[in-house]
Amino acid sequence: MYDQYLARRYRTTVRPRVEDYKIKDNVAIVGIGQTEFSKDSGRSECQMACEAIKAAVEDAGLNIEDIDGLVKYAMDYTDEMHIVSALGIPDLNYFGECGWGGGASCATILHAATAIASGAANYVVCYRAMNERSGARYGRAPGVEQIMIAPNDHYGYLMPFGLATPPSWVAMFATRYMYEFGATVEQLGWVSVVCREYACMNPKAMFYGRPITLQDYMESRMIVEPLRLYDCCLDTDGAVAVILTSAERAKALKQRPAYILGATQGIATQGEMMTSYYRPMISILPESWYAGQELWRVTGLSPKDVDVAQLYDAFTPLIPMQLEEYGFCGVGEGAAFCEGGDRIRLGGEIPCNTSGGHLSEAYIHGMNLIAEAVRQIRGTSTAQVEDAEISLVTGGLGVPTSAVLLRR
Amino acid sequence: MVMEYNPGIQLLRPLVDFDNQGYWDGIKQHKLIFQKCKYCGLLIHRPRPMCPRCNSMDMEWVPSMGKGTVYSWVNFVYANAAYPGIKVPYLVVVVEMLDGVRIVSNMYDVPPDEIYVGMPVEVVFDDIADDLTLPKFKRREV
Repeated sequence: MYDQYLARRYRTTVRPRVEDYKIKDNVAIVGIGQTEFSKDSGRSECQMACEAIKAAVEDAGLNIEDIDGLVKYAMDYTDEMHIVSALGIPDLNYFGECGWGGGASCATILHAATAIASGAANYVVCYRAMNERSGARYGRAPGVEQIMIAPNDHYGYLMPFGLATPPSWVAMFATRYMYEFGATVEQLGWVSVVCREYACMNPKAMFYGRPITLQDYMESRMIVEPLRLYDCCLDTDGAVAVILTSAERAKALKQRPAYILGATQGIATQGEMMTSYYRPMISILPESWYAGQELWRVTGLSPKDVDVAQLYDAFTPLIPMQLEEYGFCGVGEGAAFCEGGDRIRLGGEIPCNTSGGHLSEAYIHGMNLIAEAVRQIRGTSTAQVEDAEISLVTGGLGVPTSAVLLRR
Repeated sequence: MVMEYNPGIQLLRPLVDFDNQGYWDGIKQHKLIFQKCKYCGLLIHRPRPMCPRCNSMDMEWVPSMGKGTVYSWVNFVYANAAYPGIKVPYLVVVVEMLDGVRIVSNMYDVPPDEIYVGMPVEVVFDDIADDLTLPKFKRREV
């Protein structure tokens, strides 16, 4: 089947049968843990990773010795060897890492769930730890020299022209998105304002107690036009960890399990690391569309069934674009969908990023969004969607991405 | 020339490898060339070892018409989010070439407040250093 916007072909013919998808209902997230979110943690990323994992273990009602699997981000500076040694885990039988920056977030869940559903591991930890504010900040250019190496030859077509930072890479998509669909600055502003409202309900959010108005947004300084300061996510020091196990074992544990309905990844042709400007269209996110199509296929559900969503929000335009790609509205309608904010607030059609998201809670590369998706299933969010049963969370954008659908 | 460079900070150089040597050699000689599949005729940018349409590895370099329109743009305003070697504000554009491919570049003669999607542009070559020539774009009369 070809989408009306070419370059998007979903090849159902090459996919496994839905009845062979072993993850659905058979795996659950049973523990979540995190450090505080700050501008300067004052300690190592390895220590924060251990703190978050220990908190997740206690949250689940498990012991450190129960952990037999670990899935990390390729971009994480900590590694299995140090984590295992520091926590005193006797041994690991399953470990691996997921690539593509924040696109790895829900992918770690897919890989952990695959291990559990296949019988390769019992209790698998997924985590992300970063001193991203006090250390090297992703939004800045110094240090990019280090990535100018052979496998990244595409940077050779960008960096010499000064296209050197994530806000600028996404701004290029945003300019075209606004041009093609008539999306306005104010519409993007509402995304920022609503995320801040949620953060003001969440005492653990970095922007707790610091509300903004649309006027504040409009007056915030330009970073890379058309993106302003409040279009950009936070820089954060912190760590988040989650623990998965089988649905069977989950029943004996402390918390209400967040059962996994589906976990998927998506990569699309003609892509680059956040700079896929050579495709027929750049006002869409084909990776997210693929991950979404696969998610709806393996779960048998549709966007209408989703009660609450945590959409990866490194920059505001990515929320309306994902609302389109995951099917909550039509192509080009996402920005208008966000206007005024009511549709993404509590009580709206699809409450989004209820912890404040990357824009206003913290930027832990998607892992804090997964923790919030679990809290919504447990009924413990600070912006709880009443009787939330189906909870969506998505991975990083403009890169190979991933998504998870949870149920109560 | 509207872009200004900060002295003392080198611009990053292209990563020249076996697959794209021809492209950057062309730029050095002030020629914008693109890769074309000899078998199926697909015009390709960025250069790569194999045609993604027909999987042929029989490729040639063909000259570009050198003309296009601005497909998208960004304006670096905040210095900490820009490349330190270039003075803000500066533009980076994606140009859709009349040949049918897109390239990332800078505007040579257009200040940030005059840029718009759809602006007709044509290529110029900026010899920035002995070892660095970049294809840039200037406004084109239509």
